[in-house]
Formats: sequence, C-alpha cells, structure tokens
Amino acid sequence: MTSTIDESNKEKMRSVSVDLNHDASLLIDIPDALCERDKVKFTVHTKTTLSSFQKPDFSVPRQHEDFIWLHDTLVETEDYAGLIIPPAPPKPDFESPREKMHKLGEGEATMTKEEYSKMKQELEAEYLAVFKKTVQVHEVFLQRVSSHPMLSKDRNFQIFLEYDQDLTVRRKNAKEMFGGFFKNMVKSADEVLISGIKEVDEFFEQEKTFLLDYYSKIKDSTAKAEKMTRSHKNIADDYIHISATLNTLAADDSTANKKHLEKLSDLFEKLRKVEGRVASDEELKLTELLRYYMRDIQAAKDLLYRRARALVDYENSNKALDKARLKSKDIPQAEEHQQQCLHKFDKLSESGKKELTSFKGRRVVAFRKNLIEMAELEIKHAKNNVTLLQGCIELLKSN
Amino acid sequence: MATSSERSPPPFPDSEDQDVLETEEVGGRDSDEDDGDDLFMSTSNPPLTGMDSILSPTIEPSNVLIKPPVDLMDDPLFEPVSIQTANTPSSKVMSDHSDDFVDLTNNITDSPDEEDTAESPVAHPEEDKTEIPLDEPAEEFEDIFGSETEAPQEEVVEADVTVEETPTDKVEEDRSVTVPPVDGKTGSDEEGEAIETSTDPIINLGADLRAVETEQPPPASQAFVDPLEDLLSEVSPAAETQQPPPASVTFADPLVDVIIDDSPPAETQELPPASVTFADPLVDVIIDDSPPAETQEPPRASDTFADPLVDVIIDDSPPAETQEPPRASGTFADPLVDVIIDDSPPAETQEPPRASEAFFDPLEDLLSAVSPATETQQPPPASKTFSDPLVDLLSGAASAAEAKIATPATVDLFDEEGSDFFTEAWQTKPAKQQKSLFGEADEDLFGEPLGATSKKADSTPAEPADLFSEEAVATVPIVKNTSAASSKTNGVHSEEDMDIFAEATVELSLDSPREERKKDVTVAPSTSAAPPLSAAASLVKPQAAALEELEEEEEQEDTFEILVSVKDPEKVGDGMNAYMGYKVTTQTQMPMFRNKTFTVRRRFSDFLGLYEKLSEKHGPNGFIVPPPPEKSILGMTKVKVGKDDSSAADFVERRRAALERYLQRVVNHPSLLQDPDVREFLERDELPRATSTQALSGAGFLKMINKATDAVSKMTIKMNESDVWFEEKLQEVESSDQHFRKLHALVESLVVHRKELSLNTAGFAKSTAMLGSAEDNTALSRALSQLAEVEDKMEQLHQDQAANDTFSFAELIADYIRLLGAVRGSFDHRMKAWQRWQDAQTALQKKRETEAKLLWANKPDKLQLAKEEIAEWEAKVTQYERDFERVSATVRKEVVRFEKEKARNCKREIINYLECLLQSQQQLIKYWEAFLPEAKAIA
Repeated sequence: MTSTIDESNKEKMRSVSVDLNHDASLLIDIPDALCERDKVKFTVHTKTTLSSFQKPDFSVPRQHEDFIWLHDTLVETEDYAGLIIPPAPPKPDFESPREKMHKLGEGEATMTKEEYSKMKQELEAEYLAVFKKTVQVHEVFLQRVSSHPMLSKDRNFQIFLEYDQDLTVRRKNAKEMFGGFFKNMVKSADEVLISGIKEVDEFFEQEKTFLLDYYSKIKDSTAKAEKMTRSHKNIADDYIHISATLNTLAADDSTANKKHLEKLSDLFEKLRKVEGRVASDEELKLTELLRYYMRDIQAAKDLLYRRARALVDYENSNKALDKARLKSKDIPQAEEHQQQCLHKFDKLSESGKKELTSFKGRRVVAFRKNLIEMAELEIKHAKNNVTLLQGCIELLKSN
Repeated sequence: MATSSERSPPPFPDSEDQDVLETEEVGGRDSDEDDGDDLFMSTSNPPLTGMDSILSPTIEPSNVLIKPPVDLMDDPLFEPVSIQTANTPSSKVMSDHSDDFVDLTNNITDSPDEEDTAESPVAHPEEDKTEIPLDEPAEEFEDIFGSETEAPQEEVVEADVTVEETPTDKVEEDRSVTVPPVDGKTGSDEEGEAIETSTDPIINLGADLRAVETEQPPPASQAFVDPLEDLLSEVSPAAETQQPPPASVTFADPLVDVIIDDSPPAETQELPPASVTFADPLVDVIIDDSPPAETQEPPRASDTFADPLVDVIIDDSPPAETQEPPRASGTFADPLVDVIIDDSPPAETQEPPRASEAFFDPLEDLLSAVSPATETQQPPPASKTFSDPLVDLLSGAASAAEAKIATPATVDLFDEEGSDFFTEAWQTKPAKQQKSLFGEADEDLFGEPLGATSKKADSTPAEPADLFSEEAVATVPIVKNTSAASSKTNGVHSEEDMDIFAEATVELSLDSPREERKKDVTVAPSTSAAPPLSAAASLVKPQAAALEELEEEEEQEDTFEILVSVKDPEKVGDGMNAYMGYKVTTQTQMPMFRNKTFTVRRRFSDFLGLYEKLSEKHGPNGFIVPPPPEKSILGMTKVKVGKDDSSAADFVERRRAALERYLQRVVNHPSLLQDPDVREFLERDELPRATSTQALSGAGFLKMINKATDAVSKMTIKMNESDVWFEEKLQEVESSDQHFRKLHALVESLVVHRKELSLNTAGFAKSTAMLGSAEDNTALSRALSQLAEVEDKMEQLHQDQAANDTFSFAELIADYIRLLGAVRGSFDHRMKAWQRWQDAQTALQKKRETEAKLLWANKPDKLQLAKEEIAEWEAKVTQYERDFERVSATVRKEVVRFEKEKARNCKREIINYLECLLQSQQQLIKYWEAFLPEAKAIA
C-alpha cells in the first residue's frame, strides 16, 4: 500500500486548522509521504535563509516517531515551560479504511462488479483522505514549531530538520512506556492537588476555568461532529449501492421504465459524489478544526499546569525560607531557591499570558476561516446537487 | 372402424402433438375447402344424381323451396315468402317446426345463425340435391368441428341415432314433453329448441344417410373425420366465432331442458350407441368426440365453443373465407344437437303453431329492438326455409323416410350455402351470413371486419370469449357481452343478448345451470364491457405484434376520470378491538356512478376484504389484482396501545398512503373498476364486515394451508413452457423482483442512515450551542450559536428527507414488490390452468387406452361407457385448453398493462421524489447562505 500526495491537493489542505504567520526565513513542508504497512515515511522539506542551517534547501526522511520525539524533547525542555508546545500529531490511523476494505472484500459476492468497484474506489478515496490528513497534521506541527520565535531556534528542531540520515530515534521501551504512563498519573493527581492552590493572578484564574470548560465542550463537539460526518459518509455510500441496484434493474427492464431507472441511477451516482464531498469537507473543515483545537487546548492546559506547578514550588520555597529563617539555618540557600522559584513562576506567568492571548487570537482566526470555508463549500455542493436534480427532473419530464 | 382408428390420434393429443396436428390440419383443411369449392361448384350444376333416388319426394319440394330461398338469401325479405309458399304444401306441422326453429334462434343469440344456416341450406337444396350435399355436409361438419368441436360431433351422433331409431317415436315423446310448456315464452322456447333439434337431426340425418345410404358413406365418413380433426386441432373459423357462442348457449339450454323435462337423458345416451351401430365409421368418429359431454354438461360445451370462436378470431381475416362454411356447420350443429336431444321432429308437428308464434314473437322483438326491418324479416324466412325441409321430411315418412327426406333438405341447405358462399365473393358472403345470424350487430362487425376490420371483428369475438371465459367462473358472460358494447354494433348485441337471456332464464328455470346464468345475468349488467373487450383483444392477437395494438387500446381505455383518496385515518374503539377507519372519497366523471363525489368510511379489513373478493374472482382468469398493504400486527399494536409516538403515526401515514395507492390502482384497472364489489366498496354506506381477513381466524388458517399447498404444487409442476414470451417475462419479473427487494433494503438503510444523520446533527447542534456559550470571544460565540441553529434546521431537513425517502421512494418500491408478487400470482394461475389441461389430457389418454383394451376384449357394453367417458374427457380437455389459452392471453395483456402502468407511475413518483430532494437542497443553500455573513463577522 503505497501512496503519495500530490502538491496541488496539499496546497489546498495546508494550514487548515491553524493560521500561521509565515516567516519567509524558514519554510517547512511535507511534499511527499510514503506509507509502508504501519510506518509512514514523511519527506520533510525545508527552505531557509537562516545561517544556522548549512544549506538553504534540503529534504530529510522522517517517521511519525521522530515527530513524537521532537514534541517530547520540546515539552521536557525547561526553557519552554512557559510556552504552549504545539500538540503532537496523532498517530497515523489507517485501521478504519483497512478494515472497511477487508469487509468489502468479504462482501464482494453480494455485490455487482460495478458496485464493488465503486465501493472500492470510495474506500481508496477514503484511505487517501486519511493519509493526506495524517501528512497534514504532521506538517502543521512542524510549521507551528517553526513559526514560533523561540521554538524555531531549538537545537533539536534544527537537527530534526537538517540531519540527513534516519534519526533512528530509539523506540520507547516497556519501562519508559510505563514510566510515561506513571508520569501522566502523577501529573493528573498533582493537577488535582494543586487545583486547591489559591490563584494569585485573576487572568490565570479565568483562563483556567475557561480552558477546562472549553475543553470538555470542544471534546464533546468533536465527537458529535465525527459522528455526523460519518453518517453523512454512510449516506453517500448508500447512494452508491442504490445507484448500482438501479442500474441492474434498468439492465433487466425492457420497458419504458428502463430509461427512467437509468437516469435515476445516473443521478444517484452523481449525487453520491457530491454527498461524499460534502461529508469529507465537513470532516476537514469542521471536525479537524475541532479536533486540532481540542489538542491545542490540552497543550494550553499543560502550560497552565506547569505554571501552577511553579506556583506551588514557589510557595513551598517560601515556606522553606520561613522555616530556615526560624532555624536561622541555610537561609541564603533558601532565599536563593525562593528567588529562583519566584523568578521561574514570574517568567512562566509572563510568557504564559502572552501565549494564551495569542492562542485565543489564533483560535478565533482559525474558526473564522474554517467556518467561512465550510459554509461556502456547503453552498457550493448544495448548488451542485440542485443543478443535478433539476437536470434530471427536466430530462424525465421531457420524455 | 378404420376411420375411428385414423381419427384416434388427432383429437386431443399432447400439446405439442396438437400443435403439429394443427399445422398439418390446416393444410389439410385448406385442401378440403378447395374440394368443397369444387363440390359446390359441381353441385350446383349436377344436382340430383345419387341423392335423387332416395330423396326424390322430399327433394322436389325442397328444390322449389330452395330456389326462392337462394333468392331470399340475397334478399332476405323475399325468402320468407317463397319459403312459406313451399311450406304450405308440405304441412302446417312443418310450419310449426319452422316456427320452433325460429323460436330457438330467437331465444338464443345463435338463433340468427341458425336461421341463416337454415336459409342457406334451403337455398342450396334447390341447386344441389345429389351427391354434392354429402360432400357439403361433410365440409360443413368440418367447419362445425372447426368452430365447435364438440357440438358438431354430438350433432352427428345424434343425427345418426335419430335416423336409426324411428324418429316418430321420439318425436311423440318430445311432443308430450314439449307440449306441456305451451305457456307463452317458455313453451315457445322449448318448442323452439325442439324445433331446432328437429331441424338439426334432419340435416344430420340427411348427411349421414347420404353418406351411408348413398354409396358415399365412406367418403362422408372420411370427410367427417377430416373436418373433425381439423376442427379439433385448429378450431379456426373466424366468422363463426360469433355464431358458435350463441349456438353454445342455445345448446346448453335445450339440452338441459330436455333432460329435465323428459327422461331424455336416457334417450340421448341410447342414441349414441344406436348411431354407432348404424354407421360405424361415422359413429365412431363422432363418439370419440364428445357427444355425451354435451348432453350432460351443456355449459362446458358452450365453453368449448367459445374457445373455438376465440381461435377463429385470432386467425384474422384469411380464415374468414374458410370460416364461412364453418358457420353453416356451426348453425347446423346446434340444430342437430337440439333435435337429437329432443327427438322432436314429430313433436314439432304438434307444437308447430305455438312454437312458430313464440318464435316469431321473440325474433321480432329481438330484431326490432336490435335491428331494422330487414333483420326481422330475415328470421322468418329462415324459419320458413327450415320448416319446408321439415315439412318435407314429415310428409315423406315418419322414420327412415323422414330421415331421408330431411337429408335432402339439409343437403339443399348446405348446397345453397356452399353455392352462395362460393358463387358470391367470399367477403361479401361472410358478412351476409353474419348479418343474418346476428342481425345488425353482425353486419356491422363483420361487414367492417372483412375489409378493414380486424379491430371490430376483435371486439365482437371478444364477447364470446368473455362469455365463455366467465362461464368457467359460472356466469356473467352474457352480461359482459352486453356491456362489451364499445360501438353501436355492440350496443345492439347487448340488447339482443339481454333479451335472449331473459328468455333463457324463463326457459331454464328448471335447470340449475340456467339458474346460475340468470344470476350472472342479473349481476352481469353492471359489469362493463371493457374487461371482456380487452381480454378478447388479447386473445385475438397472441402474436407479439399484436401487443402494440393492445397498448394503444389500453391507452385509450386508461383515461378514466376517477380519483380516489383515502384520508383522515381515525382510531375507532379502544384496546385490542380498536381499528383504524379511513375516509374514502371518490371523485369521478364517470356515468356509472350515481354522484360525482361521494365519501364512505372504511376500515382496513374492508380493504383486505375487497382484495380477497377481487383476487378470488379475477385472479384465476389471469388478471393482476393490485394487492393492498400487508397486515402488520406490530404496527397496529403500536397504534392500538395508543402511544402517540412518531413511529405509530408514521405507520398510520404509511398505511394510509399505501391504501390510497392501492385503491387508485384498482379503479385504474379497466376491468376491476367494473366489478360490482369495487363499486360497492366505493359507494355503499355500510359494508358487510369482511371476514376471513383476520390473520388468526379459521379462514386465515385455511388460507395459510392453501398457500402452503400452492407452494408445494408450484414446485412439483414442471411446465415445459411453449411460449417464449412467458418464459422471458417470468424471468424478468423474478429478477426484477429480486432487485426491487434489494433496492428496498438499500433505501431502508438509507432512511436509517439519514435518520442517524439527523440525530447526530441534532447532537452536534446542541454541542455547538454549548461550545458557543463557553466561547469567550463574543463574535465567535455568536457565530457558533448561529452554527448551532443552522445545524438544528439541518436536522429537520434531514428528518424530512428521511420521511421523503420512506414515503416517496421506499414505499414506491414496496408497492412494486407487492405488485410483482401479484404478477407472479397471475403466472401461477396460468400454470395451474396448464396443469389442469395436462391432467385432463393424461386422463383422456388413459380412457383411450381402456377403450382400446375393451375393444380388443370385445365388450361392447363397457365400450359404450368408455366412449362416453372419452367424449367427456375430450370436452374437458378442450375446455381446459381454452381456459389455459384464455388465461395466457389475459396474463399477457395484463403484464403489458402492468408494465406500462409501472413505467408511467414510476416516472411520476421518481420526479416527485427528486423534487423533494431538490427542495431540501434549496433549503439547505438558504440556511448556509444565511450563516455565511455570521462566519465572516467573526473578528
């Protein structure tokens, strides 16, 4: 199973979910991707004027795991604690189209040849769409990193872009996997613990409640939108079967009805294409948007967590300083630690505020863009449908 | 016996054999006809040779009579006079006889035919007295057989019998019998029958006698055999078609009467043997065919008759020529039968006065009502002509002498016919004959038919066909004929028929079959001609080419101005006894309804009951009866439980729409609309509660059993389909049924998915609204709540579309699945008819074998019985074959109609559905266009 993405399609899909302030000094895209069984190899192409890179134009092969490694190193870098780290791209998931393809193979006997080939086409299209989406989210991740003033200067990022060999990132072993899981648990528990801490800054207080609320809402919306687009897709699939059956009916029919059935079959075939496009556009413009921002909000929440953690650390250091003063012991260390914590916290708060504000702006712009596009596409498709239907009705009426 | 042996193969072998025979016979027949021509030609010239010796006394009178008749034939008016003159010498009795004949003819539509034949014979006798007559009779017989296989045969046999046995005795008996009925019409009818019978016997006797006595017996027998074969195999005369039916009717009646009134059955049975003894070859032949059947089963004979008619019609114009002779024969056949049964030649002498009166009256009535003066005048001549021969016969001698005399007369008659036919242009003659037979109706029908015809001829033939087809059911045929009137001629016919029937009922009161007919008649008037016509038309043109014409006809027929709507479903009662009542409103411009608009309340089981009635009545005839929606215990239970949820409302609406479509289909069907039950359903305020529609009732259980047995028998019947058309259609129907089912499942799943989409859209809308409320950017928040609203509307749109999918698309398909089931049902009925026919053939084959064994074993007593049985089965075979052909034709026509209807309806519904889709898309555009500025307003 090998597929490639062609440039034109990619252009259309680029920056679907995020509005990026393009910096001409560093342009990154994924012009090509190769899917080999479970592994997807992305070709990451970079064009730059920055002197930190050896060449102005280069391409490297990267796998999904490399992206995850990059994301993790960014998250773990202390300096970036005050930033919203762009969410890591989701793992490529070709399971659903593959499964469908399998099912189709099983049901081949019950379908006409034509019907089967149409269904297969449809599934291939679906598979390709998933593939493109996967490439796109990976690209968006890199673009977001590259568009960030601080993250774009990251050494690891530059290595990721430049190193022309396989990164051969070590896969996480079982222990690390477990460790990661444990860390998550601790983080969640910690989140609960520190949630009781009195917020000193009203902005963050507000932001916290908003993000928590918004996250749950957008999560729900994403699930609903997914369902909706899926059922829309089902309808498009139904149209295929109906069209094929009408066609066989027409083939058997020897009366005047034949023509009607053929026309109807034709119509359903065309409608199904439009309907399928409506479904995939909704998926791209709406569901993807929601899904991306769901992850982005998660990243913002992580930022808030890190800040809250820093706040707790600062307060702890305050307490430690008080204790040291009482004991008159190790006061300078405690003071220093307290100062450090305070500094870190202040830094976090400052950059966090900036990040969150920019995030808000970014979100609104992205929503605006996508909603407009979706509405326009819906109108376009509906108009298409109308023309098709009118044409068919006229044809039927005329004879 | 050689003849018999020769003959045995042809009559009713296997279907395939038959076909072969038909083709062969056709050829043979043509040759026969040619011979006949020659004979006739010759006859006219060398009249008196062989026959003279025997017939001399009677012949002379006949000749005298004949000459005028011939003229008369040309000029009907004249004939009577001349005939009368001739008659007067002979005797009053003769005149009486003639009267009787007239009566008979009058009584029955056949009467005209008989009259004609009578006339023609009379005319002929003059010219052809001698051998020619023999040949002619043979031909006539052939014709007869062609037209009416059974009847002719019977006649022949009877004739033989009469000849052998002293006619006087029988006549006397008949007299006794006939005399009683003296009362006005009944008496006349009976007399008429008697007369007819007498005349027939005479003719037959003449023919037989000639054959036997006059050295020509062998040829005669052969001729007989051939004709019979031809007739049986082909049954082709077109012109005759009309005549036969009447003949059959008349036949049935007389037979019945005889049996009931006298001990005649015994006589009739005895007669055949006598005949056998008399002229072996002839008798055998005759016996093989179904004389007994006729006597015992008058209706069937008529049925068989009807079929021949149909065949004739099918043959179209070419047959017309050949057919002319057949007619004569047909008419002959009838009289013969009558005579034989009644044994009334003597009776006639006594009865004559009354009979004559009665005859004349009815005839006059009929004719006057139906046709102009010419017709009225014609009948009398016929009677006169007849009477003359009769007179001759009577005067000559009571027994053999009479028979001989009769023969001359018959000969004459035949000769005349032949000569007329042949001398005159073929075309003109047929028309004339028909005219005389049927009066105006015939004239119109046939006069046009020959030249330009086919259509009118079809219509007329259709009547007989209808009649007979319905006879199987037990009835109405006559009525249908009356209704059949599409044109003026038809109208005339109908009137005649009515009169005839009225009389028939009076006559037949004793006979059970008659009674049935009466009922039919009474019922029938309401039913319209449309179905019969169509059926007839279909019968007429089995060829594929004919189909197009059918379609054209249908289009004309289909323009009914009737609109039925089913509205206001309403729950009546509570609990499990609750039911849904519907308001059935009919709007129509048709004159057959009392009002232009009327409304009745019906419950669901009434609809089912209507279907049961219709399918019982019309299903076996091959009609596609539109099926109503199925009972749904689940759906109805929901309604009964009274939950006001959407699925119950959905169910009720679905059913209401389905019922409306069902009724509309019924009233759009030209034949079903004529059904009294349909009209009752639409018009009558209170309907008797439909029973047997309940799923759990005893009737329902019976139905299930019937269905099961049907399914089993369907599997066991292996029909070797002779008609490619049916084979292809059946396959087409089955495959399209399969595909429709698949399509239905798909559309249902589309509906499910759309409902799912609607549900999910609703969920998303709600969720978006929440998201909008959580959004802190006011513009975005606003846009999101706007989006939620749009999605809400979208949900409604999807829901409507789902309903639209259901009602316009899925239901349409479900309708067709049901209809295709009905189509298959009609195919099944056809197969059943075929099976019955095949069974009868096997039975007949067995009977023949036993006969052969008996013959070998030399057991004459049992042989007689066996022969009777064979004759009976032959009648059945013919009838079943006709049935099968009739059903086939109906099915074919119905399928064509169904397809046409389907195409039209489908197109309408599809457009309807697409328009709904279109609307919803347009709505969708509106919603999104309204949303677009909101999205753009996000700052």
